[in-house]
Amino acid sequence: MTANIVLKAKGITRQFPGVLANDRVDFDLREGEIHALLGENGAGKTTLMNILYGLYRADSGEVYRGGQRVAFHSPKDAIKRGIGMVHQHFMLVPVFTVSENIMLGAETTRRGTLDRKAVAAHVRELSHQYGLDVDPLTVVGDLPVGIQQRVEIVKALYRNAEILILDEPTAVLTPQEAEDLFRIMRELTQRGVSIIFITHKLKEVLTVADRITVMRAGKVVGTVQPQETNEAKLAAMMVGREVILKVAKGEASPGENILQVKDLQVDDRRGLEAVRGVSFHVRTGEVLGIAGVQGNGQTELVEALTGLRPIHAGKVLMNSHEVTGKPPRPIIETGMAHIPEDRQRHGLVLSYPVADNLMLCTYYLPPFGVRGVIQPRAVDVNARKLVENFDIRTPSPYVPTSKLSGGNQQKVIVARELSRPIKLLIANQPTRGLDVGSIEYIHKEIIIMRDRGVAVLLVSAELDEIMALSDRIAVMYRGQIVATVAAAEVTRELLGLWMAGATPDKV
Amino acid sequence: MQSSEERTSPQTKSIMRFLRPTLNALGVPLLAVLTAMIVGGLIIAFAGGDPFMAYIGLFQGALGSPRALSETAVWASPYIFAGLAVALAFRGGLFNIGAEGQLAFGAVMAALIGYALPGWLHIDLPAFIHIPLAVGFGALAGALWAAIPGALKAYTGGHEVINTIMMNYIALNLTSFLLNGPMRDPNPLNVIARTPGIAESARIPPIFSGFRVHWGFILALLVALAVWWLLWKTTLGFEIRTVGANPDAAKYAGIDTKRTIVLTMALSGLLAGLAGTIEVTALNYRHELGFSIGYGFDAIAIALLGKTHPLGVVLAALLFAAMRNGGTRMQFLTQIPVDIISVIQALILLFVAADAIIRYIYRIRAREERVVLTRGWGG
Ligand SMILES: Nc1ncnc2c1ncn2[C@@H]1O[C@H](COP(=O)(O)OP(=O)(O)OP(=O)(O)O)[C@@H](O)[C@H]1O
Ligand SMILES: [Mg+2]
Repeated sequence: MTANIVLKAKGITRQFPGVLANDRVDFDLREGEIHALLGENGAGKTTLMNILYGLYRADSGEVYRGGQRVAFHSPKDAIKRGIGMVHQHFMLVPVFTVSENIMLGAETTRRGTLDRKAVAAHVRELSHQYGLDVDPLTVVGDLPVGIQQRVEIVKALYRNAEILILDEPTAVLTPQEAEDLFRIMRELTQRGVSIIFITHKLKEVLTVADRITVMRAGKVVGTVQPQETNEAKLAAMMVGREVILKVAKGEASPGENILQVKDLQVDDRRGLEAVRGVSFHVRTGEVLGIAGVQGNGQTELVEALTGLRPIHAGKVLMNSHEVTGKPPRPIIETGMAHIPEDRQRHGLVLSYPVADNLMLCTYYLPPFGVRGVIQPRAVDVNARKLVENFDIRTPSPYVPTSKLSGGNQQKVIVARELSRPIKLLIANQPTRGLDVGSIEYIHKEIIIMRDRGVAVLLVSAELDEIMALSDRIAVMYRGQIVATVAAAEVTRELLGLWMAGATPDKV
Repeated sequence: MQSSEERTSPQTKSIMRFLRPTLNALGVPLLAVLTAMIVGGLIIAFAGGDPFMAYIGLFQGALGSPRALSETAVWASPYIFAGLAVALAFRGGLFNIGAEGQLAFGAVMAALIGYALPGWLHIDLPAFIHIPLAVGFGALAGALWAAIPGALKAYTGGHEVINTIMMNYIALNLTSFLLNGPMRDPNPLNVIARTPGIAESARIPPIFSGFRVHWGFILALLVALAVWWLLWKTTLGFEIRTVGANPDAAKYAGIDTKRTIVLTMALSGLLAGLAGTIEVTALNYRHELGFSIGYGFDAIAIALLGKTHPLGVVLAALLFAAMRNGGTRMQFLTQIPVDIISVIQALILLFVAADAIIRYIYRIRAREERVVLTRGWGG
């Protein structure tokens, strides 16, 4: 392969207070390739991309675009040189239409007014050309995440991007949406677009990438071809040690019912039935996994159980207390912990120091709150302990949580929720955005909780995660549980079929 | 992961932890004030005045003598209370535009308790009972007045900006009615809308005889300290700030967001009520229609300039007070109308609100976390 190098970083170094985020990083991107970037949480991937995209400036080092040295002062400069970036959650205005969003900042005008028609036509053309299937006239807020992401891609292409940076694009996609994204990515590369692709999912990397670069602690560890490596090797390269990709767990010894749900009905945001008569129970010492393609009512189910969403009908018993329709506090006080799906919306106050987020649900209880006064010593002790135990990469417990890398933000939540005495853990996508090493650790912790007699309700879009942790598996489809089976008695294929709506013969 | 912070001694560390945010927070406001003064000076020069004489006059009038200092402190007292009111609401995610009305209602109540209570009870109250009663009822009146839009916000979703403005109109018209009618000073010599003077026992005394600066100023400083303590050291403050910073996370954490919103507004109104109360009990010794020259609105500027931090609010309030107080002397010395002060204050606010201008002029790089795209899984 002697393709042109379209983008090149040489000796990039970037220091943040207390962290060397990039340490003399070399990286290059060839024309028409998909170059995957892997690395632990906090390894410096996003930082490197932000430098290439002009959001951050490097302390030292050089960036070359098509052989020419460039210095980007803002994303505007990068866009001018044909670089586009898609962040995980998108910068779209929900009440605008697709074409309005796309022209935002690059407005086409005709005699002083916005030329919506021309833009829509151009968007349609781009969308057709790359098989993106985006309707320019729909309002963005009505689109599922997967399509919103495509809008971001079209937005970059509309600005004539020849290089696309995709930062963890698949973390929130369903497997089907991810497949579609890969198809689109291949389509794009065939037309000469070059792509940098960040992910934590090793399988994806092996199927889609042309080259793989691995970072650890701010440094590049190496670049490999997918043919010459495998998941275990990549994991070891990332983390610097062997990673056990499969959790070791013994037989469950379930006890009494902790969570009991009867005929639960819940509406979604728009008032449509999202959970339609669901009944199940979780016992002490077992993990019940809820499998299902995202958007089949899992989000609403969890929000209803944790008191964040009103319940339309049905009954919820937690630790033998009736908690139907109660607000979160009394539910939490029955011994419930909740790892929420949307970490930045529900799970964290980003502007707070890490230490405050580590006591977000128990700030009013001793040792943190004593007679209404917060005890800084207790907060400090707790924070240092959890940062250490859960390997949260932060220069100090007092930096704002927004400064942590995505995966380390997730660890803050997990650490907080697993560290207090609980009877029931409700975990929704607990390892989303985490690197393999952290996933291994959190899986182990969840199993330890189970073995200590905690009841675990695990909701995950990752079949691997469901299969690895669950003792029993319930499959959710269109707001109903279509099957509940012992994990040992089911295959991936069968689960996949049920998730897609095939009716099981036996329940 | 070693950090430079870890290696320094614990004392320097905690000092820096305290200082660094303060320094960061002070930078832009200080430069905004400086820039506004320069632009104000140009305007004075353009209008044919001598900017240097003007600022000398301003300085002398504000700080140049014990009397000037005393008067600046007198001006600062209501500014501090009202600024704290707006700042506290901001921290709780609420925009309290109603400080003006809360202040007026608080002043009416303080005056009523001040002049009528002894008569109702048919006894002479000692000052150590009468003053706290007058101040307390004034504060509670402000709290009540603000709790109404707070409750409307929490339970019906009605926006507090609209509702606090509405409550302002109601408060101001109600005050006008009361001061012209039931509460009007019956003294035959009185021709204006004002209450009778409050009893001696309800008056907060001056700190030094011969100067108007009163213990209400000290109270304002103590209350600023209390607000800081409340917001950052108590569980209630944690709840207020969490609801303000991320209401979804607050709900998730089990905080009763509705109750917190009502409480935040009530506390904010309590502080605004104190602003009015102090003017009645420590300065004017009665309530007079129109005594408040827009304290409640200046308070918004003060809260913003003070970066909604109690310490910042105190500094901003002192600055505004100094400018208001020094303006008279400036006008006397240079014949430049005091209105230039309003122009400078408006400029300060403009520069603080649109801090991009200041950052551009002084080449301060925007702090980078602002460009980290929020709500991203990718981090
Ligand atoms: N704006 C910032 N201020 C201070 N530190 C930062 C900032 N942005 C990133 N960091 C730090 O730099 C390091 C690298 O972060 P980065 O976001 O690049 O990691 P990442 O490889 O993208 O991780 P993840 O997989 O978790 O998203 C982290 O330790 C992080 O805390
Ligand atoms: Mg990242």
